[in-house]
Amino acid sequence: MLYRENGQFKSTYVADQQMLPILQDRWFMIGLLVFAFAGVPILASDYLFLSILIPFLILTLAAIGLNLLVGYCGQISIGHAAFMSVGAYAAYNLALRIPQLNFLVVLVLAGLIAALVGMLFGIPSLRIKGLYLAVATLAAQFFMDWVFARVKWFTNYNSSGSVSTAPVELFGWAIETPTDKYLFLLGVLVVFTLIAKNLVRGHLGREWMAMRDMDVAAEVIGIRPVYAKLTAFAVSSFYCGVAGALWGFIYLGSWEPLAFNLTLSLNLLFMIIIGGMGSLLGSYFGAAFIVILPIVLDQIPLWFGIPISTAMASHLAFMIFGGLIVFFLVVEPHGLARLWAIGKEKLRLWPFPH
Amino acid sequence: MKFNTQPGLRTAIVAVSAAVATLSGAQALAQAKEQFFPVLVYRTGAYAPNGIPFANGYVDYLKLVNARDGGIGGVKITFEECETGYATDKGVECYERLKGKGPTGATVVQPLSTGITFALTDKTFTDKIPLITAGYGRADSVDGTVFGFNFPLGGTYWDAADMLIQHVGKKEGGLDKLKGKKIALVYHDSPYGKEPIPLLQERAKTHGYQLLLLPVTHPGVEQKATWLQVRQQRPDYVFLWGWGVMNSTSIKEAVATGYPREKMYGVWWSGAEPDVSPAGESAKGYNALVFLAPAGQGAVHKDMMKYVYDKGQGTGKKEDVGEVLYNRGMVSAMMAVEGVKRAQIKYGKKPLKGEEVRWGLENLAIDAAAIKKLGLDGFMMPVSTSCVDHAGARAAAVHTWDGKKWVVGKERYEADMSIIKPMIKASAEKYAAEKKITKRDCAKEQ
Repeated sequence: MLYRENGQFKSTYVADQQMLPILQDRWFMIGLLVFAFAGVPILASDYLFLSILIPFLILTLAAIGLNLLVGYCGQISIGHAAFMSVGAYAAYNLALRIPQLNFLVVLVLAGLIAALVGMLFGIPSLRIKGLYLAVATLAAQFFMDWVFARVKWFTNYNSSGSVSTAPVELFGWAIETPTDKYLFLLGVLVVFTLIAKNLVRGHLGREWMAMRDMDVAAEVIGIRPVYAKLTAFAVSSFYCGVAGALWGFIYLGSWEPLAFNLTLSLNLLFMIIIGGMGSLLGSYFGAAFIVILPIVLDQIPLWFGIPISTAMASHLAFMIFGGLIVFFLVVEPHGLARLWAIGKEKLRLWPFPH
Repeated sequence: MKFNTQPGLRTAIVAVSAAVATLSGAQALAQAKEQFFPVLVYRTGAYAPNGIPFANGYVDYLKLVNARDGGIGGVKITFEECETGYATDKGVECYERLKGKGPTGATVVQPLSTGITFALTDKTFTDKIPLITAGYGRADSVDGTVFGFNFPLGGTYWDAADMLIQHVGKKEGGLDKLKGKKIALVYHDSPYGKEPIPLLQERAKTHGYQLLLLPVTHPGVEQKATWLQVRQQRPDYVFLWGWGVMNSTSIKEAVATGYPREKMYGVWWSGAEPDVSPAGESAKGYNALVFLAPAGQGAVHKDMMKYVYDKGQGTGKKEDVGEVLYNRGMVSAMMAVEGVKRAQIKYGKKPLKGEEVRWGLENLAIDAAAIKKLGLDGFMMPVSTSCVDHAGARAAAVHTWDGKKWVVGKERYEADMSIIKPMIKASAEKYAAEKKITKRDCAKEQ
């Protein structure tokens, strides 16, 4: 009843090609943004910022990056934490060795370096597909782990192999408090989501999707596989590189190569599978699911004052978490984003479904 | 009209502010006399066999202080556990979750993980919560002028490596006899395992031994390749810097490779019952540093039985009380409690803030008499800290597994500060420059 597009006529192509064609969606998005930028900073506690919202925002960015490659271009990768680590270490070294660089410049440069490395590891995708490509990208993961653990230059010869970053400052704005960090990350995420949305709506995204759906047919209609696949790897790695730099600088502050290990790669993959492949919204849902749910599950016994041991609570959290992943995949293999879409469809017909 | 509303408004404001004032007053009254301890533990995951006894000892000691002494100077201890699984991100999450609890926030943090220590070190500067890393953590955090809130009480990995070199030097008949020898470091490939490397390299320069670095990836159940290298290179000594399941695997691999256990030396985290018992009898002859608390029972354990376990309040099993790691957990908790006690002398017997506890930890003086009074006679070395020296002690002994129990050697070693001090200074200064930290002036603060 409320969510109807009756009477919303589009008389120009521009109006027809809007990102959010339905008026209610636009209002919802504006409301959400206002709430995220103005409401959340007032309401949220430090714990919520530092342990939930900040990792959620950064991992969403990384998930969007991976989704561009896996969900839109159909090239599977289980080594994307490696590109995050490239971004993080690139940013660390840039900030350390050229201290006068603005942090935004550092971020973009770190992303570009990650994109280069991503393209390099994307070359095998020109010859191999599917599971074989997954194994090839795994090489990126192990290679990067090895490089940053062994080549001392990258970690500025720190004895423990752990690096730590200076506080981030942006045009005199010291990003120190949890609220500052949140607002900065939210800004970055909104901009990058907008770019990603337009990329996948544009010719590049269409090339990727054609490649994903049938590469031979795509080639026949004149899409160059080399260009399509390598740009997907580059853009995807760029996103992950930026996310990695933010993960290191804003969230962790100091980290070791272990922070970007295979577990993180797999988590990113789970995010887009659970959230929804080939959907930007799905990246948000997936990141929320993977980041927030274990933390909540871990604390539920405590909230209700159920006296179980820490170990038991942690084991239970693992089991329930695993169970929920299976449940959601069985109920909707296309991910949470698809559930959301179904919900919206139903809402349009409500209360008189035909 | 205008004049009429204003007095009304004013009374309203006065009433509201009065209500707020009484409310906050009531809150202050309700604010319990409690000192909150966050307890970061890992009872699950690959490192649980070592994490559990440590956590039990830690929690039991806090319970003991409450049951026996009625808290610290009348201030009750409250605590809450949080499971980190030895993972850095989980550890940071736990820290954020617990740092604000209790009337004055977290008293101290003790993560029992060098990785988590590295991550939390950054946060101590803004949160002002002391980070006690008794026998682990960053070696350079001894320097209290840069690392204002880190307390590697009792010694660091640089001290440990230094003492091991001294020990094998003595065995060879002098440090100069190490020339041309080969020493292998089998280490956990994490900040923890990498920490001793600079010291060993520095010592190698002066004594002329060859250092072999053999990393083992987390969690350390797969070490075949590492020990193949040991077999090929035949080092004269193997130093083991492992944790959890890695230790027992290493010892088992040494048995399988035929490397003599007598020539293996573990750091103090590689010398507890869970490390040697899987190899059982064949682990005989294996040595490790023993640093704060060897296994066994003392006066404090009798209290523990009387006040905690006999009342059914024990965290673990009764027969596990007195294990190496249990004792170490207890001593770690004791250090924190003593820090609070010391701080209460200056700030009064009330719940203290992290920064106030910091002062207590910086002025610890636990001498032999105090240790005896605590019922820990023979379990730890005296500790005396200052603003400049946050470690307070750097001495240890070597103990050997005889197949059934640990036998502590007579020799006491003390780290050679003439080598370590310049290294600490250089490393701390590099950190300060990287993080743009202004150093504290200890002369002014005391």
